[in-house]
Amino acid sequence: MSKVKVKKQDTFIDMTAMSDVTVLLLTFFMLTANFIPKEPIQVMTPASVSEVKIPEYDVMTILIDPQGQVFMNLDRPDDKRKVLESIGKQYNLTFTPKQILSFVNQTHIGVPISRLQSFLDLPLDEQDEVIKKFGIPTDTIISPNNQLAVWVTTATEINENLTIAIKADQSTPYALVKNVMSTLQDLKKNRYSLITTLKTMPAGV
Amino acid sequence: MSSVDTGGGEQKKGQPQKINLRVDFTPMVDMNMLLITFFMFCTTLSKPQTMDIVMPTKDKDLTEEDKNQVKASKAITVILGEKDKIYYYEGEPDYTDFNTLKVTDYTPEGFRSLLLQRNADAVAKIRELRIDKVKKKITEEEFKEQSSEIKNAKDGQVVVIKPTNGASYKNLVDVLDEMAICSIGKYAIVEMADGDNFLVQNFESKGALSAQTGGK
Repeated sequence: MSKVKVKKQDTFIDMTAMSDVTVLLLTFFMLTANFIPKEPIQVMTPASVSEVKIPEYDVMTILIDPQGQVFMNLDRPDDKRKVLESIGKQYNLTFTPKQILSFVNQTHIGVPISRLQSFLDLPLDEQDEVIKKFGIPTDTIISPNNQLAVWVTTATEINENLTIAIKADQSTPYALVKNVMSTLQDLKKNRYSLITTLKTMPAGV
Repeated sequence: MSSVDTGGGEQKKGQPQKINLRVDFTPMVDMNMLLITFFMFCTTLSKPQTMDIVMPTKDKDLTEEDKNQVKASKAITVILGEKDKIYYYEGEPDYTDFNTLKVTDYTPEGFRSLLLQRNADAVAKIRELRIDKVKKKITEEEFKEQSSEIKNAKDGQVVVIKPTNGASYKNLVDVLDEMAICSIGKYAIVEMADGDNFLVQNFESKGALSAQTGGK
């Protein structure tokens, strides 16, 4: 008597190959990812239909918040170090290696130069709190101490390929943006970008 | 590779029992997929769009007249006022009449329809070009070249943008955006002049100022 044996089917799928592929993809994305740098202030950029992407490298971002505080960011750490050295020469300041390191690690430039040294001595997490209270002085009328102009000139001297991008909040009054724009115009930097978020092109146009 | 059959274990009938050492990779794949999605979203969102603008140089040699040398019939001056209002006048303003200034808003029915109407020729041409591009009659480069030619045509529409201090940054970007939507290639951001301030105040007070000055 022979029974018909039902052969046991193995339903186990080998996931190893799949896992290999996903890990490869993951490594790819991790290596290509460039993260949004943390910003001292939250900024809601206005929307536009422009589809031009910001260049990947050599970008100088000028951040303007609704209260008129101005911050600046350089994307290359190497440029940052050189800018700091150059600023030190102009203002007769000498920075310790620790301060330079701290300056490179801090994403944004945003304190008056006179306070820069004591600011850089603080630990990073305290810096994030302190920077919110300041911003780069941009006064052109009351006290002619336009340090934004100094930073921009120094940065563009060191890296000539810099693209200047202005990132301002939607609700920023135009007067405050105009202040920054006219500073740039004074420096003969007439070409710059405004950072916006994408909005779809209205139909029928 | 994942399943390795080894001998050993409890001896039964003299034969080594096979222990299955297969590892289930499914949760691992799940987790990887999640991480991939996360990184994908992060990379695409971290590249914001930009809008390139070129500002006029602050050259002191240029007089007011040089700056204003555009065909009056083709020019429209836009004053961005407070509370999301847009004032505009076409060509030369008439300082004695407060009705020379008209008011509109940022809705598609307001400012955009006005510009589309004034720039109808260029808009129609660009639209044809776009259809050609979709039908693959012309390449991307040709499209860019021809559209910029149309936008910068000599007798094209000129828009002078004058933001007041009461306007917000969003207003400015919105107006620049309308320039892109309505295919206007010639526009400039210019500071408010005294005459423009007068026009707005005169408009708001319904001609009280021009009545005072006796139509000067």
